[in-house]
Amino acid sequence: METGQLTARWARFRGPGTQWGARAAVALLFLPPALLLFTVFVALPMGEAAWYSLFNWNGYGTPTQFTGWRNFRLLFETPAFHTALKNNLLVIVVSLVVQLPLALAMALLLAGRLRGTTGFRLVFFLPYILAEIAAGLIWRFVYDGDYGFIAKIWQAFGAAPPFVLAEPDLAMAAILLVVVWKYFGFHMILYIAGLQQISPTLYEAARIDGAGSWQIFRRITLPLLGPTIRLSVFFAIIGSIQLFDIIMALTRGGPSDSTQTMVTFLYSYGVTRMQIGFGSAVGVVLFVICVVFAFGYKRFLMRDD
Amino acid sequence: MTEGASHPQRALAGGMPVMLRYAVLLLVAGMVLAPMLAAALGGFKSLGNLRVDPFGLPREWEWRNYWDILSGTRYWQLMLNSLIIAVLTVLLTVAVSAMAAFTFVHVRFYGATFLFNYLLLGLMFPAATAILPLFIKIRDLGLLDSYWGVVLPQVAFGLATGVLLFRNYFRQLPSELFEAALVDGCGYFQFFWYIVLPLSRPILATVSVIVFVHSWNAYLLPLVVLNRESRYPWPLGIMAYQGEYSTEWNLVLAFITLTILPAVIMFFAAQKHIVAGLTSGAVKG
Repeated sequence: METGQLTARWARFRGPGTQWGARAAVALLFLPPALLLFTVFVALPMGEAAWYSLFNWNGYGTPTQFTGWRNFRLLFETPAFHTALKNNLLVIVVSLVVQLPLALAMALLLAGRLRGTTGFRLVFFLPYILAEIAAGLIWRFVYDGDYGFIAKIWQAFGAAPPFVLAEPDLAMAAILLVVVWKYFGFHMILYIAGLQQISPTLYEAARIDGAGSWQIFRRITLPLLGPTIRLSVFFAIIGSIQLFDIIMALTRGGPSDSTQTMVTFLYSYGVTRMQIGFGSAVGVVLFVICVVFAFGYKRFLMRDD
Repeated sequence: MTEGASHPQRALAGGMPVMLRYAVLLLVAGMVLAPMLAAALGGFKSLGNLRVDPFGLPREWEWRNYWDILSGTRYWQLMLNSLIIAVLTVLLTVAVSAMAAFTFVHVRFYGATFLFNYLLLGLMFPAATAILPLFIKIRDLGLLDSYWGVVLPQVAFGLATGVLLFRNYFRQLPSELFEAALVDGCGYFQFFWYIVLPLSRPILATVSVIVFVHSWNAYLLPLVVLNRESRYPWPLGIMAYQGEYSTEWNLVLAFITLTILPAVIMFFAAQKHIVAGLTSGAVKG
């Protein structure tokens, strides 16, 4: 119907002489700022990343030392990059297996008219609006071996407190906890919005038919929440792929590269060392992963939504 | 709750006793709030007090920690830098993407769909992928260490969301408005300025909230573009502060608390708009 209206509108105003000049003026004045900014600061840099990734270049003069695929080969031979990929995958898995179920559980508890729900929703959403850097630094304090909570809990049992973020085996787990803490509230809000779309009469009917709570959840809530869940999974994965700020505030990718992700790897090996070619190769890999994932996901999992 | 079979929330929470539900909610709320409260309280403690007791109330309230930060210029400079960058980013993103979206809705021309899809490519990948060429570009344009060096790329990367949200909204405005306006001799530009924009307050608010929060919290781009501390927005500033005073956690916590305070106050003052803006923006975007 909407498109029909549109077409009718076009037909009417595309007639000879009706404001043709005005429309051209709109297009010529209103579109170029967006196109120019986007081309200069998004499209060109992305294309240049692909080009620079074929060179060995420190950023001065013009790139002349063509090395072909060497940067990509080096990249996939770097152990720290393997760790980074593994860690990104770990963040995705924990987001899907821990964070989203927690978000859904909280949404189910808060979707009704229980007294105080607004307050709980706000509290759970609060970490999401905090800057990642601030959240990361707060948790750096929590994990601190001299001053933090964790240390105090350990001391209460008479053990020497660990410096959680300095232990390669513990640091990544500590980061995962912060990720869940920071983002579950956002997904919870999505789920609450989705739950409110489900008609109460369905639940009534199911009750009358004698369905149990689990059956109702399994047969009504979960299927009808499908589109919301697919959307939230999409955000969780895209966010996990880009994880950067929180890690910078907590560990900067250390100790000994154990908490690198793709973007922190790009920062510590590309940006700080001014390895434009090598860093651009990381950017290209990241780009391909993001685009393939986004297209594939929308194509195969969200096509009906 | 004797005969609440028809209440949807009863079905949703699986007939869990109310007390148990509150217990679970309170537990999770406690885990969410504990680090933030400990940070705010930690800022009031002496270092010795903090070392012995990281959770509890301060033995003596050390207002000095906060006062020293508030009476110095460093904190205010950081807030001012962040505010300048965020406001410029919001104004420019809103103006540029609303104009582009208006064109896509009201002017049909050859290649419009192509250009629209071209701009939407910006939704597909994060700024991090192109950060090195972006750095080179900003350097070559002479924008390193300037607000514009952060603002312009932020606008460019925020455009896709803005254009998409504005276009979806403008399309839903009744077409009778447009016809009536044209009959009354109103041109496209007046139509845009006097009719479309005033009717678009909700979406203007949504886009502004999304762009503002992104800019206010941004870290990677300013980190790459800005070297002088006098230009630092606050996320870079607290990282630097933490680096300098890394052993004095009470000062660092006071500084963190003060830097997140504006965001927390804003959030509680305008929570409805912020929650709706950030989530609906994500959904539609």
